[in-house]
Amino acid sequence: MSPVRLINLVINGERVSVEVEDNWTLLRLLRDELALTGTKEGCARGECGACTVIVDGLPVNACLVLAREVEGREIVTIEGEGRGRGAGRRAGPGLQASAGLSPLQQAFIDHGALQCGFCTAGMIMSARALLMRNPDPTEAEVKEAISGNLCRCTGYQPIVEAILDAAYRERNGGEWVQT
Amino acid sequence: MSDPLAKGANPEEGDVSLIGKSVPRIDGVEKVTGSATYTADMKLPGMLYARMLLSPHAHAKILKIDTSRASQLPGVKAILTGKDLPYRVGLYMVDKPILADGKARYCGEPVAALAATTEEVALEALSLIKVDYEPLEPVLDAREALKPGAPLVHEFLHTYDCVKGVFCPIEHTNVANHFRLRKGDVEDGFRKSHKVIENTFYAPQVQHAPLETHATIAHWKPNGQIEIWTSAQSPFAVRHLLSVAIGVPHARIRVVVPYVGGAFGGKAGIHLEPLVVMLSRAAGSRPVKLVATREEEFITLPCRQGLHARVKTGVSREGRILAEEIEYVWDAGAYADYGVNIGRASGYSGAGPYDIDNVKVDSLTVYTTKPFGTAYRGFGHVELFWAIESQMDLVAAELGMDPVEFRMKNLLGPGSTTITGEKITEYSGSVRKCLEEVAKAIEWGEGGNAPAGAAGVARAGAGAGSAVSMGKLRGKGIAVLHKAPAMPPNTASSALIRFNEDASANVMVSGVDYGQGTATSLSQVAAHALRLPMEKIHFVWGKDTDFSPYDWQTVASRLTVMGGLTILRAADDAINQMKEMAAQALGVAKDELDFGGGRIFVKGSETKGLTYEELVLGYKFPNGNSIGGPVIGRGSYVAEGLTNLDLETGQGLPALCWTYGAHGVEIEVDPRTGDIEIVKLVSAFDVGRVINDALCRGQVIGGSVQGIGTALAEQYIYDPQGRLLNRSFTDYKILTAKDIPREMVQIFVETPHDKGPFGARGVAEHPMISVPSAIGNALVDATGVRLHDLPLSPERVFTALQAATRKPHVA
Repeated sequence: MSPVRLINLVINGERVSVEVEDNWTLLRLLRDELALTGTKEGCARGECGACTVIVDGLPVNACLVLAREVEGREIVTIEGEGRGRGAGRRAGPGLQASAGLSPLQQAFIDHGALQCGFCTAGMIMSARALLMRNPDPTEAEVKEAISGNLCRCTGYQPIVEAILDAAYRERNGGEWVQT
Repeated sequence: MSDPLAKGANPEEGDVSLIGKSVPRIDGVEKVTGSATYTADMKLPGMLYARMLLSPHAHAKILKIDTSRASQLPGVKAILTGKDLPYRVGLYMVDKPILADGKARYCGEPVAALAATTEEVALEALSLIKVDYEPLEPVLDAREALKPGAPLVHEFLHTYDCVKGVFCPIEHTNVANHFRLRKGDVEDGFRKSHKVIENTFYAPQVQHAPLETHATIAHWKPNGQIEIWTSAQSPFAVRHLLSVAIGVPHARIRVVVPYVGGAFGGKAGIHLEPLVVMLSRAAGSRPVKLVATREEEFITLPCRQGLHARVKTGVSREGRILAEEIEYVWDAGAYADYGVNIGRASGYSGAGPYDIDNVKVDSLTVYTTKPFGTAYRGFGHVELFWAIESQMDLVAAELGMDPVEFRMKNLLGPGSTTITGEKITEYSGSVRKCLEEVAKAIEWGEGGNAPAGAAGVARAGAGAGSAVSMGKLRGKGIAVLHKAPAMPPNTASSALIRFNEDASANVMVSGVDYGQGTATSLSQVAAHALRLPMEKIHFVWGKDTDFSPYDWQTVASRLTVMGGLTILRAADDAINQMKEMAAQALGVAKDELDFGGGRIFVKGSETKGLTYEELVLGYKFPNGNSIGGPVIGRGSYVAEGLTNLDLETGQGLPALCWTYGAHGVEIEVDPRTGDIEIVKLVSAFDVGRVINDALCRGQVIGGSVQGIGTALAEQYIYDPQGRLLNRSFTDYKILTAKDIPREMVQIFVETPHDKGPFGARGVAEHPMISVPSAIGNALVDATGVRLHDLPLSPERVFTALQAATRKPHVA
């Protein structure tokens, strides 16, 4: 067993203190220790983007980051999308807040931007990171932003359309949808 | 004609039809929130982690496996080698050992496996297993494998079980199956031909590359019950093949399929399940989990077969195909348990959707010492249409005829006969209409795509076109396609509709939705048939052989058709049960009753009736007397009218329904880099009837882009020892968002099919087929250069362009 250390970080708006082994990746911490299994492992070597999460506003492959490196950082996973923002904030804490869909998530459904769903979390995280730094991206910027996220089902076009539509909806105060 | 179909054919009756509507997919919320649970997300108490030791040799005798040091490592609970597992597994040809048995037949084949308390312990233990190999000569080319004296991949092929009367292995050779088709007299046809054109083509092995790798959790419980959670396409096939292989009764095996992260055929049949089951037993009944690494997905789990094709076509001066002789040599890899049926299916549909009197097809499934092939979206048709549709353009060019015009003279239509002797009818669908629509939408014949000159002669291309980027060559290409479900003639499906207390309906089938959207379209079929709103339909997502009704496999684009028919029948049965109760309760004859709006009512006096809620648990009279009982609708369907094919002539009825289609592409080629960009892709399919427009388009867009991957980028590359070199997404590229066509257009032709629900046909596989050939044909139009081998990679295109213009390469 590798040496163990206690790290503090913020995940989806909640402070977390957790013991991690030195050789754990952030992906292992999220999936195995914190049961945040919405983030997927597709290759474990930074090639497919299925494990994309947002660290301090930037999209990263959680399989390439050591858990010990995220000490003090703020992390957003798919479980945080649509919660603690928009509807979540308005609805307050509790069950209702966790059931919200962001305009980005709703746009993925509306545009058929998912099929098997395995790349979807990573795709949405890459898109969210893009919209955080650029609320009005061009089609080329969207394609660039998700070019590290592989999808074998959709042919990407519906995903690009969904992200552009979500950007439009969010710029125009789009509703966060209660499911 | 069956009752459900008659009803389905008239969507005007009852509520506003849901059929054709773009109902949002029912699994959307779970997937965009990350709450959809896949096999790899699951943990069981006491669960162990498995890892496999893989052969580093393509072909080697296993002399000795020493597991003694590994077994002493704390935390190791079970180690198995081939000697412990005297079983063979397989769908059509029972040729797969669970672990290599005596020899390794490909680099990447598991030779030992173990289960330990953690992944780390499992990996450390693997490094302690010592295997002594005696390397044997690898067999890397299927054509070489056919030659006398070639090393045998399976010395005991003659002892293997296979589906008798369907497959023809040739003992003491590397031929797992020889499919023969003979129609008319090809020699006579060639004699009468104005020209005879012969070409060879090659499509390499490629990888399915689902984003989710294969994953299985198995628990051989102390009471002898086996439970399996697995990323499989077909829970009942897993159960059956496991039962047959290890001799455990079906009822003692339970297979559960949670969400599946893409499959494309690679998760059909049976894969990791038997190994994980046996590890669980060896580990003293602890549950065991095995999730394939991405590298294992490339080298250990199956891929798509390679194809060496030879096509010889005789044509009249007027452009009628008089004879065709086809030889398909399939590079099956080390095992062909599924592959033999790809050889068969590509044989019986192997000439494409053309009306030809004289045809000879030999389709050979050949063992080599490489990763093995299995079903992959299109089931051999992407590969065979690379050959056929390239050949059709070559023949048209030889005749100086326009490729669309040449095809139109030869396409199947009502009254013509397929190469197996099946009569095409007005219900079969129209490939002609698909081609017409595509030619129109791609503006065929405009903007510089006159028929190309003889192959190899560089043409000015469409370089003069206005919209062409600087220095690039523009061209157009078209290709047609067909495919029918490849399945046994008695393939069966069933469905159950169980009503809940509030008269909502639980709809249950066993076909798996691993992204296609079938769960949503089948929910629409159920809602329509029960005349209920979508909100009243609860499609039961989980598939569980203990609870779900039987279905053969989720393959072959057959679920919309066969699953749809079973749901129509189940709905009919449920409605009938409610009508019987209502007739008694209302004191009228059953045939005086109609239904709709959640009620059974008397025709002509709609106020006289009962709600579904008053009936679904049985009807209670005012005095308390009750009749009926809970309503459970049952629907069964077995493919009707199919036959086995004659082993000598290939004649018979293999196809439940053909789906026809066509693609047209416009491309830009950069002669400085060999790079091909798809400017526009137009696709048309005769789907019979669109059930869900958005989902249907989704299949076409996704499948076409996957086809572009096959066309431009994907291939397995080996070193001379037969070791796969490109075993990661860094070295094996699939398309990204930046590689897709600038514009994609989907067209649906709707010629109703007489057997499908509402006239529908399947379309999940078809969008991928013929995309490579359309692009290859466009490359000729743009540059005059014809490539016979896939993929049309920049390196190949650049090299071919250099050769064609005879310019020395400038470093």
